[in-house]
Amino acid sequence: MDINEIIKPENLVYDKSAVLNDDVMHYCPGCTHGVVHKIMAELIEEMGLQEKTVGIAPVGCAVFAYNYIDIDWQEAAHGRAPAVATGVARLHPDNFVFTYQGDGDLASIGTAEIMHACNRGENILVIFINNGIYGMTGGQMAPTTLEGMVTSTTPNGRNVDLNGYPMKITNLIAQLPGTSYVTRQAAHTANAARKLKRSLKKAIQNVLDKKGTSFVEVVSTCNSGWKMTPVAANNWMTENMLPYYPLGDMKDSEKGEHSEN
Amino acid sequence: MTEEMIIAGFGGQGVLSMGKILAYSGIMEDKEVTWFPSYGPEMRGGTANVTVIISDTRISSPILQEFDTAIILNQQSMDKFEEAVKPGGTLLYDPNGIVNPPTRTDINIYKVEGTKTAVEMGNPKVFNMIVFGSYLKVRPILSLDNVEKGLEKSLPERYHKLIPLNLDAIKKGQEIVEDVQLV
Amino acid sequence: MGEVRLMKGNEVLAEAAIRCGCDGYFGYPITPQSEVMETLMARQPWNETGMVVLQAESEVASINMVYGAAGSGKKVMTSSSSPGVSLMAEGISYIAGAELPCLLVNVQRGGPGLGTIQPSQADYFQSVKGGGHGDYKLIVLAPSSVQEMNDFVNLGFELAFKYRNPAMILADGAIGQMMEKVELADFKPRRTNEEIEAECGDWATLGKPKSRKKNIVTSLEMDSDIMEANNLRFQEKYKKLEEEEVRYEAIQCDDADFVLVAFGTSSRVCQKAVEIARAKGLKVGLLRPITLYPFPKKIIKELARKAQGFLSVEMSAGQMVEDIKLSVYEAGSNARVDYFGRMGGIIPSPNEVVEALEDKFSWELSYGVKRSY
Repeated sequence: MDINEIIKPENLVYDKSAVLNDDVMHYCPGCTHGVVHKIMAELIEEMGLQEKTVGIAPVGCAVFAYNYIDIDWQEAAHGRAPAVATGVARLHPDNFVFTYQGDGDLASIGTAEIMHACNRGENILVIFINNGIYGMTGGQMAPTTLEGMVTSTTPNGRNVDLNGYPMKITNLIAQLPGTSYVTRQAAHTANAARKLKRSLKKAIQNVLDKKGTSFVEVVSTCNSGWKMTPVAANNWMTENMLPYYPLGDMKDSEKGEHSEN
Repeated sequence: MTEEMIIAGFGGQGVLSMGKILAYSGIMEDKEVTWFPSYGPEMRGGTANVTVIISDTRISSPILQEFDTAIILNQQSMDKFEEAVKPGGTLLYDPNGIVNPPTRTDINIYKVEGTKTAVEMGNPKVFNMIVFGSYLKVRPILSLDNVEKGLEKSLPERYHKLIPLNLDAIKKGQEIVEDVQLV
Repeated sequence: MGEVRLMKGNEVLAEAAIRCGCDGYFGYPITPQSEVMETLMARQPWNETGMVVLQAESEVASINMVYGAAGSGKKVMTSSSSPGVSLMAEGISYIAGAELPCLLVNVQRGGPGLGTIQPSQADYFQSVKGGGHGDYKLIVLAPSSVQEMNDFVNLGFELAFKYRNPAMILADGAIGQMMEKVELADFKPRRTNEEIEAECGDWATLGKPKSRKKNIVTSLEMDSDIMEANNLRFQEKYKKLEEEEVRYEAIQCDDADFVLVAFGTSSRVCQKAVEIARAKGLKVGLLRPITLYPFPKKIIKELARKAQGFLSVEMSAGQMVEDIKLSVYEAGSNARVDYFGRMGGIIPSPNEVVEALEDKFSWELSYGVKRSY
């Protein structure tokens, strides 16, 4: 059978979302960003939100997220994406606004902004990529770096006496009554990616329903920063990250309610 | 006409609000006005003073070293501002709490028993309006009609019922002010 | 004639914002400008015009809220005082780098550090030379009265949108706290979504319709050649500002042997100083820059042909004096430029200014000519 006989519209089983453009991504092979970008592009298309979505890109590897997803974007200063999103969302309450932030951006330099945006219950979605390392600047310690984990600024492993403890910021966020949906997901298996997509869809719907802030952490790999192959990174994440950052919903309620945990 | 004045006393004596009513009355008289307060921690309980300038023409500096008129309501302010009155200018003071009365002979000095009279009127809060009345008597730069309009403008609506009381106090101040001749 | 009121400079900023169709204000309390947000919150403009007012968690957050809202085409502003503006410096640089229009207000207090809450003009360099990182300029307006606090809100927004560049009102604690007679502007409606689309649709994040490419608000560019081209475009814009937007007031400068140069509160002091000096028979004038950037170089060059000296009167250690010196130097004039000022929150008095003038220019005053070297 000739290959052209197979490539026909009626035989199509998968198509890339039109909201994800054809630019070559700068992300390393094996990086979790690509999967999350793809899911977001799919959801924006499926939910018919392309014309009303504004993304806020962080400083970090995802700084160039605006190159890949075909929506309007603003690039924020390091850590300030929740404040930028607040400005956009307050002035355009009918638009869907989301931030896309890494662990250094969200849990270190931007701690004040994320806490207060969530506490005000801004109608935004926060996507929090937690890979326990600063990827873009070359693999330094992040606030979520595990105890004993080797990075370029913790060459002998993270020492809690020196560096403090890995921060479970999502657990803190879940305590804030401004948030309606707080969950921790992953994207390292097809099943995890499907669950992540369901979570993000729910989170987006919450924002559209003006239920306050929805917060989705994605426990991720940085195989380049971790100096592993993609497969080894996935395994290392499963064995080391997931016990400390267990997956699952932390809060699913109406805005104004306190978390049970 | 340009009147450059300082009102100085304790925080809580109504120094700033007297200045504000004066300034608003000036606006009603179609004058240019500037109200410049001392501001900061000293507003809370310490000394308070405000420079008020009323003029037919554009007002230059809100910061002045000498004044046409000084209204002085405590000893600290007397110590600070007696010397700042221009020769030939006016100093109006309430003797309550004044240990060292003014001594200059090249200015016009007036005295108003504001604190005492306010108590006699049964309302210590009208103290600043009594002093204001005395000022209007010795420096008749504003008509009483415009002062009434100034009161209306500067007081929130819910206090408008107090305007007659304030006007009474102003009239009382006009009656009781004493010319102090130092020769 | 518009409505006339007695208002504080800070209060009028809020009123003027509501009346000029401002879409949003984001701020954080700091003395001596807290009345701006207090007035807005009491006025509740969201009921009246739909204007959004939000108290942010910090100046860092408020300037980034401004960045977000300005990037989405809205007419937004923030206000602060010196230490707070330092915190905003990063965000201001991003706003300038992303070429967003917005209005910033600095009601200056004395520094450095936490300094004092009293008025100062020591943020001149920070305001006109950049303040944050990179080659950028703010359009800097210096009000000297409560009326100008009112007028410059609208003017600042107009210039900001005309040039897609942040504009700053550089006031000080005295003008913020002072009450004066002010004629308020009439209400101007906020722009409709259609008007915003027409004005900002080719760059703002309004949501991407199928009909256009995505809009990206960013200051980032990894390609140095493109980044240099961006910078050259900024410089062209600044050149145009210097050619077309200079504003100043010259008072009794025509026959002046000595020109006081001062802005904001110190210019008010200098008006009085001119009166005192003229009464003494000294031919003194006042040049009051209204735009600090673009700086009124041309008029200084013209005045330098005849004037024997310039005295920059500032509530700082002498910052604007450098720009005056540059202008006089460019004019090829040997007029002498000196500085007098007070610091730490103290406002010089008119008499002090006249004494300083007589002291610093005693040679010229004795001989009646320019001193040559």
